[in-house]
This record gives sequence, C-alpha cells and structure tokens, in this order.
Amino acid sequence: MRFGILVFPGTWSDTDCHHAVSGVLGQEADYIWHKEDSVDGYDAIIVPGGFSYGDYLRAGAIARFSPVMGAVRDFAAQGGLVIGICNGFQILCEAGLLPGALRRNGHLEYRCQWTHLRTERADTPFTNRCGAGQSLAVPVSHGEGNYYADASTIAQLEEQGRILFRYCEPDGTVTPDANPNGSVDNIAGIINEGRNVLGMMPHPERSCEALLGSDDGNLIFGSMIDAGANRAGAGRPGAHH
Amino acid sequence: MPVNKEILDEIALSQAEYDMIVDRLDREPNPVELGMFGALWSEHCGYKHSRPLLGLLPSRSDRTLSQAGAENAGAIDIGNGLAVVFKVESHNHPSAVEPLQGAATGVGGIVRDILAMGARPIALLNSLRFGPPDTAANRRLLKGVVDGIGWYGNCIGVPDVAGEIYFDHCYSQNPLVNAMCVGIARIEDLASAAADRTGDVLLLAGAGTGRDGIHGASGLASRTFEEEQELRPTVQVGNPFLEKSLIEACLEALATGRVRALQDLGAAGLTSAAVESAARGGRGIALDISQVHRRESGMTGYEVMLSESQERMLLAAAPEHVPAIREVFDKWDIPCHPVGAVTDEPYALVTDGAEPIASAPVSHLTDAPRYRLNGQPSAESVERQRLRLRDVPLPADAGAVLLQLMAAPNIASRQGVYRQYDHQVQTNTVVAPGAGDAAVLRIKGTGQAIAVAIDGNGRQCFLDPYRGAQMVVAEVTRNLSCVGAEPLALTDCLNFGNPERPEIYHQLEQSIRGMARACRALGVPVVSGNASLYNESQGTAIYPTPIVGGLGLLEDARRHCGSGFPEEGLTVVLLGASQLTARASDLAGSEYLNTMHGMVRGRPRIDLALERRVQSFCRSLISDGLARSAHDCSDGGLAVALAECCILGDGRIGGAGSVGFVASDEMSRNIPARWDAALFGEAASRIVISVDAADVHRIIAAAETAGVPATISGRTVGNSLRIDGLIDLPVEELAGAWYGGLNNALQ
Repeated sequence: MRFGILVFPGTWSDTDCHHAVSGVLGQEADYIWHKEDSVDGYDAIIVPGGFSYGDYLRAGAIARFSPVMGAVRDFAAQGGLVIGICNGFQILCEAGLLPGALRRNGHLEYRCQWTHLRTERADTPFTNRCGAGQSLAVPVSHGEGNYYADASTIAQLEEQGRILFRYCEPDGTVTPDANPNGSVDNIAGIINEGRNVLGMMPHPERSCEALLGSDDGNLIFGSMIDAGANRAGAGRPGAHH
Repeated sequence: MPVNKEILDEIALSQAEYDMIVDRLDREPNPVELGMFGALWSEHCGYKHSRPLLGLLPSRSDRTLSQAGAENAGAIDIGNGLAVVFKVESHNHPSAVEPLQGAATGVGGIVRDILAMGARPIALLNSLRFGPPDTAANRRLLKGVVDGIGWYGNCIGVPDVAGEIYFDHCYSQNPLVNAMCVGIARIEDLASAAADRTGDVLLLAGAGTGRDGIHGASGLASRTFEEEQELRPTVQVGNPFLEKSLIEACLEALATGRVRALQDLGAAGLTSAAVESAARGGRGIALDISQVHRRESGMTGYEVMLSESQERMLLAAAPEHVPAIREVFDKWDIPCHPVGAVTDEPYALVTDGAEPIASAPVSHLTDAPRYRLNGQPSAESVERQRLRLRDVPLPADAGAVLLQLMAAPNIASRQGVYRQYDHQVQTNTVVAPGAGDAAVLRIKGTGQAIAVAIDGNGRQCFLDPYRGAQMVVAEVTRNLSCVGAEPLALTDCLNFGNPERPEIYHQLEQSIRGMARACRALGVPVVSGNASLYNESQGTAIYPTPIVGGLGLLEDARRHCGSGFPEEGLTVVLLGASQLTARASDLAGSEYLNTMHGMVRGRPRIDLALERRVQSFCRSLISDGLARSAHDCSDGGLAVALAECCILGDGRIGGAGSVGFVASDEMSRNIPARWDAALFGEAASRIVISVDAADVHRIIAAAETAGVPATISGRTVGNSLRIDGLIDLPVEELAGAWYGGLNNALQ
C-alpha cells in the first residue's frame, strides 16, 4: 500500500502521519508538495493537519486552490481513498469534497485532549477493522473543529449513513459532555457519498502506539490498508492517466 | 554627535559608558554606531551585571557538547549519535506591554535559538508569573499570554509539554513570561553560529524588516518599567506561519551541507546577529543595508540595524553555495537575500549602498563593560527569616485547609491552560502535562526518552536567595527523577529587579551561588540561559525568581512513572522523611502560610546530599519497575501531594480515574500536634511513591541500604482521602476544588 501525504506550507501532521503508516504499519509513504499537480501512483492520499498557509482568511480556504488539490479531486472522483485529518478535514470541506464547514469551537478555545469516537458503521474502507459501535480513543487538537451543516444536509448525511464518527464517552455513549467543540450531533467525522473520502477532526496518527496512550488509530489506517488490498485487483486509481 | 541624558536614556547607556565608547573609538560615535553599542551593551545582550556571576555556575559534564554562551543554546549528548539542545529565555517586558504578541514572540524567539543550532524544535515549556487573579488587569495579562503561547506554538507544530504558573502581588506590574524550547539533532549536524570564513556571503532569510521592536533589547529588556503606554511600538509582532516554513527551510538548507553558520535575529536584530557571528568566528563583517528586504519604506539605517522584526535568520555560506541555498528558501516562498560578507579584518562595517553608515572594531562592540557590585541584604530581609510556629495560629479543621489549598490559584490544576496548547504533535509525548512531575518524550528510532521540566520558587528565593535557589535546582531535578529520568543538564532564566540596587545585587549573587552549589551537589551543569534584570516598577522589585529548566534521560522509554496512584491495593511510601516533622523551616515560604495566614516568612532549608540520594533511589525503583507512581511533595506539602495522587488516579485514557488513600495507623499516630506544619509544610527532598504490597519490605530495606529514609504512609483504597482524626474527604470533592480552582479564580 502506498500512501501519499500532502504537504502545504504550515502543515505539521505530515511527519506524524508518515510515522504512523510507514514506521508503525510498515507501508510505503511519500510526501507530496502542494505545488505538484499529480497524485498518480498512490493508493491513498492523506491530507494532514496543521495550519496550511497560516489558515489566514479561514482554515483550509487557501489550500483548496493549490495545484495538488485539483489532482486530489480527480483521484477521489475515481474512487481513490482520501482521508483528511483536522486541517485536512477543513480543506476537504472547503474544496467541496465533503459537505458542511468547521466553525470555531463553541467555547472559543483551542482544545487539545483525548476524546473517544463511536464508530457508527464498520462497512467502510476506513472502519472495516472496527466493530459497529466500537469506541476508539483518539485525541483532538484544534480551534476550529465545530462541525456545522444545515438541517437538511445533516438529515441527508444521517440517512445515507455518512456520519462515521461521533464523540462519545469511553463506553460509547454519545453525550454532550463528550463533545469537545460543540459540533452538530457530536459529529467528529463524515464520509462522502462514494464512501472513499473521510474527513475527521481527531488525529488517528496520534493514537497508533500504546506508549502514547492508545493504538486505536491503527484500526483506521489498517482498515484503509485492507480496503486498498481489496481494490488492488481492480487497478489503482489514476493509473490510466 | 552631541549627546545628552535623554538620548542615552533612550538606549539605556550611562554617561560613563558613553565616554568609554568615545575612548575606544577615539572619536564620537555617529547615531547608528551609538545605537549598535547601546543594543550590544544592553543588559539583555551584554550581560553587564550577570556575566561575572554566571561564571560561578558549573557548565560542563561529560555529556556537554557546547559551552554556555559560546553558541545559541546548550547541547547535550544523549547517546545514539543524538544531541538535545535547549534553552530558556524571558520575554517579560514585551508581555507586560502587549501580552498576546509579547508571549507569542517569546516563543518564536526561543524556537529560533534552537533552530540556529541546527536542531529541530521538539518541545516547548513555559514558566509564567502574574499578579493575583483577583484584578481584571492581571486576568487580562494571563489570558493574553496563554492565548499568545497557544497561538504561536500550536501554529508551528511544536508541542507545549510542561510549564508552571504562579501568582503573587510582586508580579502585578511585572509579569514573567519565560519560554523554553528543546530541540534534537544528530551530533554531526549541529550548526555553528560562528561566521569564521573570510569571503562567505551573509544571507538574510525570512520576514521583511520593519520598524517593529526597535530598542527592544535596550529599552524594554534592560530598564525598569514605568510608562507602559509609550512602549507599545517597541513590541514585536509574530507570524508563526512564516516561522514554521522558516524552520523547515533552514533545516533543509542545513541538510545540503552548504551552510557554514546560522544565527537567529533576536534582541538587537541584525546588529547583534551579524556582529556576534563575526565575533564568534574571529572575523569581521561588511553589511550593505540597502540589500535588506523590508516591509515598510523610508526606514533609516538606524532602524534597519536595530529592528527586531521576527522570523528572520542570518546564514553564512561560500559564494558558490549561495544559489543552492536560495533555491531551498525559494521552494518555501521565503525571501533570502545576500546582505553582506564575512571579512578578514575584525571590523564591523555597515554601508547603505556605497555610503558608510557605521564602522567599529567587532571586539569594541561585543566587549560590554562588566560590573561587579557589592550586594547588601536589606534589614527587612533578615527580619523576614524569623518564623516561630507559635506565631502561626493552628487552624481548626485540617480538611477545610486542604480543600482551600487545593483550590488556591497557586496549587489548582492547570488543565484549563494546558489543554489550549497542542501537547501531542510530533507524536512523542509519553507523559503529558498534568500526568507526571515532568513531561516525557520518546526519541523516535531509539528506545530512549527524554524528560523535561521547568521550575521556580520566587517566594523561597525572596526569603533566602541562596537556599531558595538550591531548592529550585533540587525541585526541577526531583521532578525529572519522579518520572524516572536521570537529570543531565539545566538551563536558567534569571529574573530579578534592578541589580544596581545593593539588595537586588545581593539576591542575584546569592541565588547564583546557591544554584551553583546545588548543581555541583546534584551533578548537573547549567548549559544555557538568559538574564532578565530590571523587573521592577515604582521602585518595587519582583521576588528574585530564577527559573530553571531541566533535561533528563530515560534509557528505556517504557520505564517511566506518572504521578497518580494507578489502582487500589497499593502501598504508599514516603521517601525522604523517616517521620513527619513540624519545623518552622518546613513552613518557610509555604503556600499554606501564604493562603491561610497571609504570611511570607521563614527560612527554608535543604540537605543536598539527602536530596541526591532520594532522587537516585526513586529513579532506581522506577527503572526496576518497582515504583507504580511517584510524585514529589512541593506546593502544599504532603497532604496536597497525596490528594493529587488520588485525583490523578490511573491516568489511562478512558481509565477508571481517581483512587482513594487511607493513612496507615503509624502515620496517623505519629502526626505531631502541629499537624499544619507536618501536612502542609514544604520540606524538600520528599517523594510519595506507590508500590505493590508484595514489594514493600524489599523496598524499605533497599532504602535503608541507600541511606534514604522511607516510611509506609498508607495504602490506596476506596474513594476518599483519610488521615484518621484529621482528614476524611471524598476524592471527588478534592477533585472538584482542584480542577475548578483556577477557573473560579479567573471568573
């Protein structure tokens, strides 16, 4: 499995993601500079966290115009796996690959803390190693992670089973107290209609080793590896470019 | 150039110093030259009053790779070919004027010091002091400083892993903002700041130069502080996004092997960076300021040379390597332009195009005068040391005292602050803020981890600068030992009042002597540091507040300890005390005296030989896997330490949380009549550990062999903290007071 990890000026989770998928999970991984206009040859793209372009204007608002995001859009359209983490989620929303927006945290403070995520469904390329309803310990670190979409979009997401993760108590119960940022319906991560693009505020790459407190993040990257292996027979996306 | 007191005051030089400059140059300096002298001879850059005393501190061990003062930060060999680089620095006065930008640029500045060593910044720490949170002004300062640290640190992707905050009236006009940065590099990749090769090109990379921060070094950092409104333009403005790219670009440029020297632009801007690099290399410099890229037009040569615009680095490289280096900066969209060259003759020559605007021998600029004054303790300081237990009324209810202390602003949990800082990015944080006495960061690619902590205790230094400073060194190393790390080296930031006053000079000298003694006794050198003097307003100085940052090493990252009691059924042992004493010295400068009696009195004491044995024994228990938790007794004494161990509990993510404690009959029986001194006194060298019951007797015997007093205090059980006849409180209630204390104080 070959991961491509986008790097914008201001990105800082790129090396953490590299360590997780390569150092911990033993996969191939390369960095892809934001000025590149192709992501050919990769099985999955990670849009990592950070403050791309300083997050001036609005988190993710400038990164969406970078050459590499055009390539990621094509890659996703062909069914390639894309995971946007934290600032990467914000970028995917700004780029129109996922609906909704991430507003400033309800309490107006940056928040770095452990959270638990209820896995709402296990039949996606990002959760096939999880059990439905499984609670994962994954930390958040953001000032603008308060997911918002209008009522009809939320209803549609719900109906189509696209809310993948919700903030919950360690036992999996979804409560207002478990929500670190005030997001609608405790939403922590959503997928696109094609189920090949995930955006999530928590950082799975920070929970891939028991030494750091949790290795639940491996379930998410591991699921992607399994899904990639299953797709391998069908040919890599972008291979016909 | 005709000078008068007004001009000299502006750049914080005395008439005698001015005369010295004229003498050295054999002529009057022009305004640019005078500005350069003023900046380099400021206390902040020139260490006029502190340098003669700093020589008292041990600065070497078999692991030191650099000498204090010779480079931008201290470097320590941790094995495996790796060096850890670290330094603490103050940004007190800028933070008092504009707390958000002042604190943010304090972080940015110390990060560039680490970067200048060729190291990747891997951790931030900070030590903060404010006036009591009961005034809106102090709350505004705290909020601004925390916002600034969070904004800058979060944006550059360097985790903020440890820190401390204390409140006292003496900091109301003079808050302290000390920022520490830790970096890592392969030893062979360490960069030098010595521009030592004639003909090398000087490249200025990073932000455009503007008018911000002019006179930061001389004006803000080197004088007392009265008219804050006027000083706002001298505070710098930060751009953490640019800093992040600058870090990556500099490290990438260094990796090409083509950079000869690297130096950050901090206090005194281009003047200090260029002149000090040349001085380190024994060379001269020729600068053409017309080549300096700027963010505003119409700047004078004086302004360009003294601007403290942030996010700038100076590089020296052979002419043939310049294109390759500039290509790296181009990739990161960072301006990088040649602004001068290294010259053979040790002269600093500054031109604006063809027109010379300043010229002086490098050594004249960098050899600031040094002053050794005569310190004299004030009469009050001697009187303050008198403390008799009978002058302290015994409160009625120990439980009520404990609850009040848990909620006291100086003791309450800092969770509300540190959760605003990203403390996990770079995925190395093994022991996070709040979970242990020091932060633990694993070193990828090795089995090792480092531990870092930062401590200060202004109140005890105020009462006895010599012993208080010893206690600070003891505490920071004890905190490292409590997570299982062997202390390797320290960095210090000396925050004091005006050293020209005898009582302040006395505090400075005695504190340094005390630190030096403790460093020798505990076997740790001080490898980097900074002095921030003149912290006073309206003639009132802050407490003498040396802040010490510590670096420790764990050979096995897995063999670390947290503070909290991990489960029920463990035996709790107190190391460092064979019985609970009730001495007046234990209460000296204690939070109990401060909070419950409004007193700052007494004379602290510490036995450094005992301290060393206790720390070493604690580390051996952790590395042998025998200690299940370790937490030192500091603010609030034994009772607060026990309560914190209960509240923190197992500390696992999503774990069961808190655990109760019941004192042994022996402990309850032996508590002296002055239970306040025994339970809340802050006697040094004490660590609360929890161990498996099966190991207790082996541990007590080993302690005896090691010459470490050890007593069984009780066991972990239930959900309350019980010391028979004195305290019986649900842990939940203690936790409510502790977690809510700071927030309530800030409302």
